[in-house]
Amino acid sequence: MPFLDAVRLALQQIWVQKLKSFFTLLGVMIGVTFLIAVVSIVGGMSRYMTEQLVGKIMAVNSFELRHRPNINMGDHDDNYWRELRRRPRIRESDIEPVTSALPDGVLWAAVGTDNLAASSRYVSKPKGVTAFTVTDDYFTIKRMEPVSGRLFSPQEFERGMPVIVIGQDVADYFFPALDPVGRELTIRGIPYQIVGLMEKQGSAFGFSFDKFIVAPQKSTINRYVNAHGVIDAIMIQTPSREGLLSAQETVRQVMRARHGLRPSQKDDFALETSDSALEFWNKIKSYLVIAGVALPAIGLVVGAIVIMNIMLVAVAERTREIGIRKSLGARRRDIMSQFLVESATLSTVGAALGVATGFAFAKLIAAVTPLPAAVELWSVFLGVGIGAGVGIIAGAYPASRASRLDPITALRAE
Amino acid sequence: MSQDTIEAPLGATAERQAVLATSGEAPGKDWVIVTRGIKREYDMGGEIVRALRGVDLAIQRNEYVAIMGPSGSGKSTLMNVIGCLDTPNEGEYWLNGARVSSMSDDELARVRNKEIGFVFQTFNLLPRATALHNVELPLVYAGVGSVERKRRAREALSRVQLDGRMDHRPNELSGGQRQRVAIARALVNNPSILLADEPTGNLDSTTSQEIMRVFESLADQGQTVIMVTHEPDIARHARRVVVLRDGLIASDERRSAFVEKLGVTV
Ligand SMILES: Nc1ncnc2c1ncn2[C@@H]1O[C@H](COP(=O)(O)OP(=O)(O)OP(=O)(O)O)[C@@H](O)[C@H]1O
Ligand SMILES: [Mg+2]
Repeated sequence: MPFLDAVRLALQQIWVQKLKSFFTLLGVMIGVTFLIAVVSIVGGMSRYMTEQLVGKIMAVNSFELRHRPNINMGDHDDNYWRELRRRPRIRESDIEPVTSALPDGVLWAAVGTDNLAASSRYVSKPKGVTAFTVTDDYFTIKRMEPVSGRLFSPQEFERGMPVIVIGQDVADYFFPALDPVGRELTIRGIPYQIVGLMEKQGSAFGFSFDKFIVAPQKSTINRYVNAHGVIDAIMIQTPSREGLLSAQETVRQVMRARHGLRPSQKDDFALETSDSALEFWNKIKSYLVIAGVALPAIGLVVGAIVIMNIMLVAVAERTREIGIRKSLGARRRDIMSQFLVESATLSTVGAALGVATGFAFAKLIAAVTPLPAAVELWSVFLGVGIGAGVGIIAGAYPASRASRLDPITALRAE
Repeated sequence: MSQDTIEAPLGATAERQAVLATSGEAPGKDWVIVTRGIKREYDMGGEIVRALRGVDLAIQRNEYVAIMGPSGSGKSTLMNVIGCLDTPNEGEYWLNGARVSSMSDDELARVRNKEIGFVFQTFNLLPRATALHNVELPLVYAGVGSVERKRRAREALSRVQLDGRMDHRPNELSGGQRQRVAIARALVNNPSILLADEPTGNLDSTTSQEIMRVFESLADQGQTVIMVTHEPDIARHARRVVVLRDGLIASDERRSAFVEKLGVTV
């Protein structure tokens, strides 16, 4: 029998027994739903992690010299944390030796950061903001631009004048329906003049990147951010990706020498890149993918068993039909392919429904939680392919039983 | 009609005796069916039921044969063997000069598809398929394309006067109409023999007469027909009557002779 006739016959059969067919393909449908949902969410998170989250924390082609890593993902033992606590801080005095060893064209900025309470005359309640104290090239490295107002002048940097630029959330909270540029924000009793409002940075996992203020490093804010002479990081950006490794190596040698480390001793500072921040994510991702494949696989096995049983029942119920077909000249392979196509069509329809509900599920999760979802085209083909495969495997035994029925015995069945 | 009564009984013709006697040899072209010593036994848990105990039967092209006999005499068993639905335990079966007993599964399917049209007492239509689709089925397995299939199925249905019922399902048709669909299905692939096992067994007498007229006219057009029936009334339409008793042929005669005998007994 031609393939298309067989598929049409199978679809008719499924349509005639809609409810039964639906329950039959439920297992495959649920399996594929989970597969697609997990693949979409893991894919979405992955893209999000690389493009958004880490990209926002870390500037491109850059690394940060810190006394310990800013992003501590992964499972670490007590020794690890104890060792981190013993590390010496990075100091202002490290800036000159480190940066003078770097080749021309490399940008750097010293950065200090802490959460501080701020207030304005327009809102009664003070609120915490993330305060950064930075040197000249910070905005260039981070590619941050003001949407209104301006950045700091060299003089303001040089003299540590009481000026700040602020993020969108800070503007929205402290200056509702007002232009914040030119107004004042008070921190620890000292008023700072807002010279610029920065463009929106967005958010990740419900965490906003717009709750910041930035001040020159020499500003009085710095004394509330860090103890005297201490800085949190030196941010270093090379013109290209190629220069990144050698710049890191240069900085490593300078710092090891300054801390007097012997060759056998490990670094007591961190050189953090966006890659090292992503390392842990990649590890989580592989676990998620394994879970995302193993769970649906169980559903698919259950689905296959259900389909096999339903097909065995179908063969028993339709023994007479098989007898009629055989009496009219159907060969073994005709009967075999009829039932194989039927179970493959059945589970492919289930898989197609599963693909649809999987995407709907992923979209729903993306809508109600901060988790993102990305629809991957290949997972559609994977889902439908799995459906056909499950149907063929589950249908093989019932189909072969049907094809071996003796015509006259089959005709006598009731 | 009157010419039948003049001829001698075919059961005794020397030709037929000769064909049946040459065991192991392929019969000539004219013989559609030749069975030599066909036996069919069923093992019913130790007890052997002998449904056929050595049937010798030779049927030529264009014959119209009725098979009669009491219930359980082996009529259906013989029809199933002739229709390649059942395999005998012993004996030779030649169909159009080919030895059926040595055929593979696929060859048997091809023979059922191309050489044989089978009409059952219980119609055996696919309940969920339309009349047209039921008639198309043998063509599907013959590998005929969809357009040609539909054309030929329509043609076969109009041969049995069902032009207006092509899209009806079996449960939307009367018994007589269902049997016509079955006849159209049996004929659609131009088989060399049309087999019918009690085709009117489930029909009332008026409808039976209608169906018999269909067979009659097919036979008149040269179709070879073998039909099992209980009713002498119906056997009267055939031109040769074979009577089975206990799995053996009890008599094999011209209809005229049979009718005369009936006249005596009835
Ligand atoms: N599948 C089977 N298993 C066991 N015995 C069978 C089987 N088919 C037929 N028989 C036996 O073989 C004998 C012949 O049966 P068959 O059906 O050929 O008779 P029949 O002449 O067609 O009878 P009827 O006029 O009632 O249809 C009977 O004794 C029957 O019980
Ligand atoms: Mg019978």
